[in-house]
This record gives sequence, C-alpha cells and structure tokens, in this order.
Amino acid sequence: MQDFGAAFAEAFALIVGLDAELVAIIGLSLRVTFSAVIIACLLGLPLGALLAVGRFPGRGVVIVVISALMGLPPVVVGLAVYLMLSSAGPLGVLQLLYTPTAMIIAQAVLVTPIVAALTRQVVEDLHGEYDELLRSMGSSRLGTIATLLWDARYSLLTAALAGLGRALAEVGAVMIVGGNIAHVTRVMTTAIALETSKGELALALGLGIILVCLSILINAGLLGLRRTAERLAYA
Amino acid sequence: MPDGAVMPLCEPCHPQPNTPPAVVLDNLVLERGGKRLIDGLSMTVPAQGVTAVMGPNGAGKSLALRLIAGLIAPSAGRLECMAGEETRRRIAFVFQKPVLLRRSVRANLDHALRTYGTPRRERAERLAELLALGQLTELAERPARVLSGGEQQRVAMVRALAAAPKVLLLDEPTASLDPQATAAIEALIRRAVDDGVSIVLVTHEAGQAQRLADNVCFLHQGRLREAAPAAAFFHSPSSVEARAYLAGELLI
Repeated sequence: MQDFGAAFAEAFALIVGLDAELVAIIGLSLRVTFSAVIIACLLGLPLGALLAVGRFPGRGVVIVVISALMGLPPVVVGLAVYLMLSSAGPLGVLQLLYTPTAMIIAQAVLVTPIVAALTRQVVEDLHGEYDELLRSMGSSRLGTIATLLWDARYSLLTAALAGLGRALAEVGAVMIVGGNIAHVTRVMTTAIALETSKGELALALGLGIILVCLSILINAGLLGLRRTAERLAYA
Repeated sequence: MPDGAVMPLCEPCHPQPNTPPAVVLDNLVLERGGKRLIDGLSMTVPAQGVTAVMGPNGAGKSLALRLIAGLIAPSAGRLECMAGEETRRRIAFVFQKPVLLRRSVRANLDHALRTYGTPRRERAERLAELLALGQLTELAERPARVLSGGEQQRVAMVRALAAAPKVLLLDEPTASLDPQATAAIEALIRRAVDDGVSIVLVTHEAGQAQRLADNVCFLHQGRLREAAPAAAFFHSPSSVEARAYLAGELLI
C-alpha cells in the first residue's frame, strides 16, 4: 500500500510539475487522436449522409457492414493496417510503419465507421422530417444533404466526440502500428501499458489520471451539447 | 381563344374565365396497396383567388394537394401546369404542422431564399420584407422551433411566400391554432391573394372557407363531387354528400 501511496504522490508531482516526458506523451496522443477524428469526420459525415439520403443497390449491405465495423476490435484494425503498411504490404513503399502517421491511419480506420454509422442514423431521422418540405422547395440533392448535415450539427458533434473518446482510449491499434517507441510513437495508452509492466507506476498513474480527466471532459462536453441543443429545440 | 376550350373540366372554379388556370388535374388516380385513394380527380386551380378544398377525413384532400405540389406521383392521369416548368417551381406548400429548420427564424427564411434561387444582392431586402410581413422582425434571432404554434406557422407562411409563388398550397394551416393566430394566418392569405397568388386551401372549417374562398371543390372518397363558387356552394350545395357534410352529418 505504501508503494501505491508513493506512486500516487509521484504521479501528482509529475502532473503538477508538467513533467516534460508526460507532456510530450500527452501532446502526441492528442495530435494523433484529433487528426484521426478529423479525417474520420471528413470521410464519415458525407458517407453517412449519402447512405441516409441516397437509394442505390447494395445500400442495405453497406449499412449493415458499417454498423458491424463500429465494434471492430482495435487490435484487428492494428493488424490490418500493419499488413498494409509493412514492407511486404501494398503500401510498404511509403515507409509509414512505426510513425505517428501510421497511428493516425489506424485510428481513422477505427473511428470512420462510428462517425458514418451515427451520421447515417441521425441524418436519416432528420430526412424523414424534412423530406417533403425540402422537395416542395425544389432543393437539390446537394442542397438537401448540406441542409441535413447542418441541422444535425449537434447530434453530429456528439458522434464526433464519441469517436474521439474511443480513439483516445484504445491501445491495440496504436501499439501494433506505432510500436510504442519512446519520443516517437509513445502515446498515453501504450505508455501506461509499458510502464505498468515495468513496475514504474508513477508515470502510468499520472497518464491514467490525465486520461480519465480527458474522458470526463469529453463526456461533460457531450452533456453540455445535448443540453444546449434541447434548450434551443435544435435536438 | 383555344386555350379556353382546353379547360372545361370544372368551369365554376374560374373566377375569370378568360385567364387560363394555373394547374389542371386531368383524371388523376392514386393507388396504394390496391386501394384507389384518388379516383379520377379532375379539377382546375385558377390563376388567382382562393380555392377551398373541402371534404370529410380520408376524402383525399391532402393527397390532392401533394399531387399538385408534385410531392407524390399519380398512378394515372395528367397534371398540367399551364405556364410550364416556371410555374412548377413556383408552387409553394405550407403543411398543417409547420416543419421548421433547426435554426433561427432569420436563418430559416434565408435558407428558403437561397433554395429558391433569390439573387444574393436582393436577399437582405427580401428577408427584411418577409420578416415584416409575418410580424416576425422582433423574433428574427430566436430559434424557430421554440416559438409558439401560431408564430411557427407565420414563419412557415412567409417562408413559402419567399418563393414568390404563383400557387400556394395550404394544408389545413390553422387546424391547431387559436382564433388570434388563425386571424394572423388568414391576413397573410388575403395579402397573398391581393398580390395575385392563387391559393389552394384545404380546410375543415366551413367558416374559414366562407371567409376566404372564391370557389369550393368538394371531395368525397377520392372523387370531386362538386365544384362551385363559394357563395353558391354554401347556399345550395348540389351534391348529396356536400349537403350532408355541411349539415354536420357524419360522412363515411
């Protein structure tokens, strides 16, 4: 118990003292995850909206596949991206394995289905409500999608935050394609896994506390968004 | 003029027989699940004035309106807009329950003006006009969906007028409103009529039809049973169904 107490004290000292290594790890984590979520939104929002509004053969299959991909195990995504990026893989020439870029790719693969599936659901519901109005106004297909995406903005931000939470917390994918190299590809979750296995509890605990705080912040943001949207009747 | 000869489908609907009607419905049929919801409906929407569409529930009033708007395609029959595609795009619709975007009142109207293709330099001026018309200037920045039912329907009305419509289709626009809010909507309707907009008004209220309508088309079981000038219709309806309806009997 004494060890734990000392580890906690040391962890807080690291956080309060803005320990350089701790800050660097957190910085990389946020950079990788935010980049991945932005890419996932750029892909997932239009894809989800298209699935919601469009009618084409195979639509049902695509929706089922994307919904299934929402629960994709991160280690499997890591493995798949590893195979793509490894020297023998189709994208091996890019030499991206064990770089932050590889981690961004893996997390984007992980988050895109979440954003796309949630977007599809939200936009489809809204489309049901707006369809007759927008058609009676002679809105173009593109105009309709733009209107729906904008009017679903609160729900879509919620979807993006859900993706952010998942990417920030996952360890399997970034571990495999990043390799957890100190100062290069070491992020919060991989550092926690490594430090714990080494018995270096202070840094692991410090990162763990930060991670939990971020998770609370994200969820508080979600709640705040939902409240605001309801108050304005924009939900 | 040969144009006049094309339109004898429901002569009493014309307020001015010399101007060609805005829309002509020729023997429209709408089938769903083997049932004929609209069964050979022929009527004309005159170029001006108010045409009230009346009839019991399930008569096909709202469906007729949606057919005119092009929101649903008929199973058979023809629908003609006399001024061609130009009119087609200038048929605006107001729903019983207003569908407002999740934006401010101003942004709702701005979205409509952009969708209707109003040139950018005219938009600000038109927007101010529409807000004033709907007595919405002070509510402009409020989220549209927190407004009262009457205010929401006023937004929906002026939004439809943003299209500078030739034909305005109103599907029981005051069905769930109190008398004061109803009066505000009816004032907007009169204003649009004065501006030369042709109105098709689906209503359950004989009083409203008497206040506003020039002509009445009475529908029953998906068919047009009677089309007559409003005064004549309310004074001496010629069809059995219309008589029963106006007498307050339950029409099944």
